[in-house]
Amino acid sequence: MDLSNYLLMRQEMSLLLVFLILIIYDLFSNDKAKNWFHFSACSLWFIHTVCGFLFPITGQSFAGMFVNGDIEIMTKNILNIGVLIIFLQSYSWLKKEDTAFKRGEFFMLVLITLFGMYLMISARNFILFFIGLETASLPVATLVAFDKYKHNSAEAGAKFILTAVFSSVIMLFGLSLLYGNCGTLYFEDIATTISSPSNLLILALTFVLTGLFFKLSLVPFHLWTADVYEGAPTNVTSYLSTISKGAAVFALMVFLYRVFGNLFEQWNIILWWIIAITITVGNIFAIRQNNFKRFLAFSSISQAGYIVLAVFIGTAQGMGASIYYILVYVVSNLAAFGVANAIENATGKINISDYNGLYKTNPNLSIVLMLAMFSLGGIPPTAGFFSKFFVFTAVAEQHEYVLLFIALLNTVISLYYYLLVVKALFINANEAPIEKFKTDWYAKISFIICLIGIFSIGFASYIYEYINSISFGI
Amino acid sequence: MDFLSLFVIIPVLMLLGFIPCRNIKQVRAVAVIGATIELGLAIALLFMFLNERNLGNTADMLFMADYLWYPALNIHYAVGVDGISVVMILLSAIIVFTGVFASWNIQPLTRDFFIWLTLLAIGVYGFFISIDMFTMVLFYETALIPMYLLIGLWGTGKKEYSAMKLTLMLMGGSAFLILGVLGIHFSAETADGSLSFNILEIAKANIPMEWQRVFFPLTFVGFGVLGAMFPFHTWSPDGHASAPTAVSMLHAGVLMKLGGYGCYRIAICLLPEAASEMAWIFLLLTGISVVYGAFGAIKQTDLKYINAYSSVSHCGLVLFALLMLNKTAMTGAIMQMLSHGLMTALFFALIGMIYGRTHTRDIRDLNGLMRIMPFLSVCYVIAGLASLGLPGLSGFVAEMTIFVGSFSHPDMFHRVLTIIACSSIVITAVYILRVVGKILYGVCTNEEHLKLTDAVWYEKIAVIGLIVCVTIIGMFPHWVSDIISGSINW
Repeated sequence: MDLSNYLLMRQEMSLLLVFLILIIYDLFSNDKAKNWFHFSACSLWFIHTVCGFLFPITGQSFAGMFVNGDIEIMTKNILNIGVLIIFLQSYSWLKKEDTAFKRGEFFMLVLITLFGMYLMISARNFILFFIGLETASLPVATLVAFDKYKHNSAEAGAKFILTAVFSSVIMLFGLSLLYGNCGTLYFEDIATTISSPSNLLILALTFVLTGLFFKLSLVPFHLWTADVYEGAPTNVTSYLSTISKGAAVFALMVFLYRVFGNLFEQWNIILWWIIAITITVGNIFAIRQNNFKRFLAFSSISQAGYIVLAVFIGTAQGMGASIYYILVYVVSNLAAFGVANAIENATGKINISDYNGLYKTNPNLSIVLMLAMFSLGGIPPTAGFFSKFFVFTAVAEQHEYVLLFIALLNTVISLYYYLLVVKALFINANEAPIEKFKTDWYAKISFIICLIGIFSIGFASYIYEYINSISFGI
Repeated sequence: MDFLSLFVIIPVLMLLGFIPCRNIKQVRAVAVIGATIELGLAIALLFMFLNERNLGNTADMLFMADYLWYPALNIHYAVGVDGISVVMILLSAIIVFTGVFASWNIQPLTRDFFIWLTLLAIGVYGFFISIDMFTMVLFYETALIPMYLLIGLWGTGKKEYSAMKLTLMLMGGSAFLILGVLGIHFSAETADGSLSFNILEIAKANIPMEWQRVFFPLTFVGFGVLGAMFPFHTWSPDGHASAPTAVSMLHAGVLMKLGGYGCYRIAICLLPEAASEMAWIFLLLTGISVVYGAFGAIKQTDLKYINAYSSVSHCGLVLFALLMLNKTAMTGAIMQMLSHGLMTALFFALIGMIYGRTHTRDIRDLNGLMRIMPFLSVCYVIAGLASLGLPGLSGFVAEMTIFVGSFSHPDMFHRVLTIIACSSIVITAVYILRVVGKILYGVCTNEEHLKLTDAVWYEKIAVIGLIVCVTIIGMFPHWVSDIISGSINW
């Protein structure tokens, strides 16, 4: 038996190892040992994340079904960092009475969905991809409904599973059309079969993309987002809005560049409109939100628009900018969610109006949240400025100035609502602000990671250079 | 390490220095030390620059340094200065220095105030030393965002509205700007075919006319918003009126100059053909700014609003003169930036000091201040005279150069516009003299005001420093105008 196939899947194997260790630990440990469970999970995951950067092996296995190139490894590493941050932030939520007894399940479910995302990223065959996609979406529904005693959470779970299944079905239908057209499910073979657009191919393309757009919650496929994000436990929301999105964007890129590269003109037009609407609608709806999680939901819809903006160009520059944007978005968005989570766990408050005057009582948290908002809004010297600028550069390179102009105007609108949060923290007067509370050490470490990211990713040009050098275009 | 980067590094060190500060005295100490070092560096830079020029160094930019930052996009961290930047850096250093003294007693959150002020200074200095468009945009936006919190937290009146309006309008301008900058970057055909963000290389490159026609309005409007060009000036009165003293000083004194400087450096110098073709549109708009701003100031009753509208008028004159596209007018424009920066800062400092005592800025509630606070009142008269263009003070020199340059245009259109713009001088005299007469002279009717005291030492440092500068420029204009005109290759 040739084991080298599996050697290539080192990251997947290592993830499964962590998964198994945690299961065994969770099942067979006594109450005293369980106190160390969170610490062990975070440390194991940290080791896994570090190992992801070391000794990368590239190549393909299983007759080209599974590919692990530099860019795939990089994307997985970005997701790993995000998951590490989420694990750290989930400490005080999982310590609560209602969730403490199923603390293990949270890790299991997150890890198994992440495994699915790994497969989505590396798959070069639609069967494997679909397995990955399902593994990455169904357990998430369980995660969304994790706080099942809360009405919201259960409702969100139901909504999520309906949309997830529905979008999978749409995508599957597109895949079947594609298979009928090309007679193969390998990405490379499909790409060579597609030479000129036919009606059936365009139909297949539309269905496949629609399925992914649901996952990415691009407008007009975004209607589930706000409710699910609001209802889900905050840690799960942060997982959904960053990690799931990152994996789906990568899959979208591979589809567009590697499978439908010859249909560039067709999907380019579709994406042009989708991006313009997504960025605008996400922004306009975010302005009116008071619930911070709903606010971040709409803000993340608009952010996804910027990520896809870089994809639609179809160049290696665009792909590099997109992955870089995901990296920056992961650290900034998780910083924002982390603060929301810390406040929610300490006081149960989640509305932006509750944050009024937070700077007086909790200055450190306010500064983290402010920097996260600046980074999401693209204000220098945070990393958000660099990531936005590189996306715009990639778009301008192809002289798509009209779409660029729409995107730029939207940065101003987005700045307005990000500044509303900053205003709540620093300027708005409040007679009874949230009282001073202590944040646990896990969350503090996660904030430190996020802040290091927000400040260093932009200035350390090495990161962008590396991502740019390994990315590919059509 | 090159000399120019010190202008950015020292404020960064100041930011680090603020972190361990425990009380207001330490904060002040760090702020004063930092601002003094910056001022010293700026003066040193001026003399080093003059020395180089005397030695016969005729390069466009001096003290250049260039570090490759993002090889894939050919983004460099590139710095260099010519006469215009040297003057602007000196102006910024003077105003930051005096601004620190003008905000000596700022409350609450003193440390935070100085942190944001320093961040603003980083943006300003960085913008003036950059010759790479990416870092220019980076520093430009770095300078804008602290304004939001500076006005929103420490401002007065309807501060939240003003802060948001100001930030969004300026960031909207910077959205146009990024579009224009990227467009210039990708359409400039350099000699070796590579794409560049460096303004020196782009200036040599050929940009096709059809692209110039698109990007000139974008960049000019982008910077013009910050230069308070009509009809994008509406952030300026609200913003200035709500801002705390030092922020008004910095904003009117330095930040608005970023607009004029950027218009010259990027819009006009990089896209000269489009500039000469489309200048008439913007000449009309800036002409409206000049006259409309002056008329607006007549109608106002709030001291800060009066000065804000007067800033619209004077800054409009800067853009107006730049668009005349001849050497004399452009020299005048840069001198006007310098002169307006100094005297507006002086005005806002004085208004802040008067407001700090009387707690009102409404001219209907103020009268007879000359007897109560003679020092401040005399300085206010001097500032007013500088503003209306009295010979011997800086305003006269700048406006004279501008109008001489503008009128030297042979065609009717430019001459008529110049005459119309000239009328602003008369209107300026009306509102300045009216205010001076109303609030300083006469008998003080408010009993509360009789108990007030005159300026204290740190206020005097700020005010005297600015007056000295205004007078030096007014008395010895050729010092400055030689430096500036030597750098304008038109």
